[in-house]
Amino acid sequence: MSWETVIGLEVHVQLDTRSKLFSGSSTTFGAPPNTQAGVYDLAMPGTLPVLNEEALRMAVKFGLAVDAEIGRRSVFDRKNYFYPDLPKGYQVSQLQFPTVGKGSLQITLDDGTQKVIGITRAHIEEDAGKSLHEDFQGFSGIDLNRAGTALLEIVSEPELRSAREAVAYLKKLHSIIRYLGISDGNMAQGSMRCDANVSVRKLGATQFGTRTEIKNINSFRFVEKAILHEAQRQIDLIEDGGRVIQETRLYDADRDETRSMRSKEVANDYRYFPEPDLLPVVIDEAYIKAVRAELPELPDAKRARFVSQYALSEYDAGVLASSRAMADYFEDVARLCGDAKLSANWVTGDLQALLNKSDLEIEQSPVSAQRLGALIGRIKDQTISSKIAKTVFEAMLGNQQSVDDIIESQGLKQVTDSGAIEKLVDEVIAANPDQVAQYRAGKDKVFAFFIGQAMKASRGKANPEQLNALLLSKLKG
Amino acid sequence: MTRRTVAELSRSLDRGEFSSLELTRDYLARIRAHNDLYNAYITVTEELALAQAAAADARRARGENGPLTGIPLAHKDIFCMQDVLTTCGSKMLANFVAPYNATVVERFNAAGAVTLGKTNMDEFAMGSSNETSFFGAVRNPWDPARVPGGSSGGSAAAVAADLCAMATGTDTGGSIRQPAAFCGITGFKPSYGRISRWGMIAFASSLDQAGPICKSAEDAALMMNVMAGPDSRDSTCVDTPAPDYMATLNDSLQGLRIGVPKQHLAKGLGAEVEAALQAALKVFESLGATVKEVDLPNNHLSVSAYYVIAPAEASANLSRFDGVRYGYRCANPTNLEDMYKRTRSEGFGNEVKRRIMVGTYALSAGYYDAYYIKAQQIRRLIKQDFDKAFQDVDVIIGPTTPHTAFKVGEKNDDPVTMYLEDIYTIGVNLAGLPGISIPAGSAVASNGRPLPIGIQLVGNNFAEARVLNIAHQFQQHTDWHLQQPEV
Repeated sequence: MSWETVIGLEVHVQLDTRSKLFSGSSTTFGAPPNTQAGVYDLAMPGTLPVLNEEALRMAVKFGLAVDAEIGRRSVFDRKNYFYPDLPKGYQVSQLQFPTVGKGSLQITLDDGTQKVIGITRAHIEEDAGKSLHEDFQGFSGIDLNRAGTALLEIVSEPELRSAREAVAYLKKLHSIIRYLGISDGNMAQGSMRCDANVSVRKLGATQFGTRTEIKNINSFRFVEKAILHEAQRQIDLIEDGGRVIQETRLYDADRDETRSMRSKEVANDYRYFPEPDLLPVVIDEAYIKAVRAELPELPDAKRARFVSQYALSEYDAGVLASSRAMADYFEDVARLCGDAKLSANWVTGDLQALLNKSDLEIEQSPVSAQRLGALIGRIKDQTISSKIAKTVFEAMLGNQQSVDDIIESQGLKQVTDSGAIEKLVDEVIAANPDQVAQYRAGKDKVFAFFIGQAMKASRGKANPEQLNALLLSKLKG
Repeated sequence: MTRRTVAELSRSLDRGEFSSLELTRDYLARIRAHNDLYNAYITVTEELALAQAAAADARRARGENGPLTGIPLAHKDIFCMQDVLTTCGSKMLANFVAPYNATVVERFNAAGAVTLGKTNMDEFAMGSSNETSFFGAVRNPWDPARVPGGSSGGSAAAVAADLCAMATGTDTGGSIRQPAAFCGITGFKPSYGRISRWGMIAFASSLDQAGPICKSAEDAALMMNVMAGPDSRDSTCVDTPAPDYMATLNDSLQGLRIGVPKQHLAKGLGAEVEAALQAALKVFESLGATVKEVDLPNNHLSVSAYYVIAPAEASANLSRFDGVRYGYRCANPTNLEDMYKRTRSEGFGNEVKRRIMVGTYALSAGYYDAYYIKAQQIRRLIKQDFDKAFQDVDVIIGPTTPHTAFKVGEKNDDPVTMYLEDIYTIGVNLAGLPGISIPAGSAVASNGRPLPIGIQLVGNNFAEARVLNIAHQFQQHTDWHLQQPEV
């Protein structure tokens, strides 16, 4: 029997504002506990919230980037529950009138086709603090540095149909928020957190199955694994005659399994009501226009432009456009060397491999776009061959010498002097009479042997085209 | 040297008849002598007061003073005051020393006023009699067997007994105006949004408003000149600058159109209060005003709507008192839930717990529409009634309370009867309008003691200056506000 997985994601993105959503406290990550909590963050009696305008602007920016309706009058609500790291005993969020309404984004599936995923809404809310359960001898420690940090909760429609699609959606979101500069999207540090609503149904069924919610998954890889595991758990359960119950589950990455946290059937009644300490936020056309004018070129548009402007493949364009820094790097390289195709190959090939190996982001690349552009420029003007370029590239990692200095000092310049190449060819032919005989007897494959020998003799520096032509004419004799 | 209005004291300080230090010492001596009886103060900040008085005298000597420089003041214990105990009348905060100043406190400090201390109040401002305070009931200076009203009962009693020259209060459903009426003094609740709520411990955020409690409308204007105005720390505080409330106090009442709500003259209103109201209307007519009846058809729903909205907001506002970060924490909690339950059960009094329960219920899934949404609809209707009335009149005048001050313990058994005493004041909060209670008569209690009667003047949105002008003109032609209890 065939099963279909139905997934909707709720993604919390920490907005990269300097101060908190409703107070002037700093939001810097990693400060000593409770040093970034002012009187409002501590829920001191008598304190009041003041909306951080930058957070609103970032939310609107996101809304425009995913073609969403912008709530012209958004309302903050109080979501009531008791927890020690929630100082006020309620979280200020948006229930009925979020700042960002219905929108959508496009993901690329494994087969290369595009799929549009609906975004239900995105609302602004404040983060809670952290409870630390170790090191306090039977007590819990509370750190309120994070309390009140601005979050944007982005809710997707249940339109994702596999763990791979969920990851593609998440990566696309990540790419968009990074393009917009509204968050660093660092999942390990918790500035992007993902909850997955997962259900299964028989292929072709129109009703959704009972869903479970997997909380706080903190990497792309874990999102995929958690969903795969949870879908299989549900399928096994149903096939064994069981029933999925609606509940919240936690993904344990060490054991690669999900387990029950609490049942939704006894869920909290959050008793939402409009936050009386804040006025509704009215957003007019002029504000939207001003924010729209600040939008950068977004990943989809950039990818399309790379295809048309540089004649790149859809795949390469997609890889390069996935991050704004990567795209900017690529365009710098291409502009400097004048060969976009070659630039794309280098950036997605050797450079990417290097970054992956050292676990670096493009922003931390040991080779700047200027130097890579210079290197490719030397391939293009035939100073060095593509093969030698790899040697130069390796050398560039070890020092900050210019590309030309490396080529010069290591004697890697390509030999294009036809006299010198001819001498080489003559020597190789003279030294291998048997192979010459074989070739002349019709064994064409031996030609590669001569190329290899000649290249070796030139230490890789002979211009391959010239070498090819000379060998061919001499061997034919 | 005391028993005078702020305006008079200020002129005496100007003339050098006495210093602020002398005046302050005199008030501190009165507090020592009489506070045991009235229980008006929770905290007396003697040391601070003497230091502020000395500073005020120095400032006056430099000629850098304003009218309130050196005038002794008391703050309702709902305003956070840095490094000073701020209890809100609750066991929950009986040990809470605030780490910052409320905007209102900050502004009086900047004006050079002298803070004598923090006044008693109903716990978290929930009450109409000042009997719900963890620090004990406050006594009415006109008759210590009676309540001063609430929740700003400590401030009202302190002004009436002349244990301060002026005091701050807060008013969510009548908590400034009702105690002012019971204590024979002037109490003003400005429009919602006119005075910053920063640092004022929240009861019901959409209704709470700070205001002056003092001896005259002129004093209220002097205090408003300090208290009112924009504050970037309170998003619900309006950003239009406040006018000079002294500038228009002497405007003529010629042609003033007064509306009297017919619903306020219906059953339930005490005969003595009605007589005082009618007499006051005659005074206004003699000053050139005309009186007509206005209709507030939904006013009878105001108490019901209020007792849904205010508890709903309170149920969330009071969630922060959980024993985690400050305030009361139960002894030896066995786990988190035990800590929450016992901290809140032991730290809150019965009236507060009752309102948290009511509010929690009103917001619960399945009841929200029937209670909270319905109450908000009624609130809009009440506002519309006022809007309509103000198309025809400039001010609405009626009783502040149905009766004079009742006895301590008299209404404790039935909270609903107590709630209904606020029938004339609550609608004004729901509509966000400015309302002042001024003394306008006197009744005689069975023991022969006089008991003050207050009337309420309600203005249109942000018409504070007009309301103070009308009240001041009344006080220029009557002397009810000058009558003092035998202390």
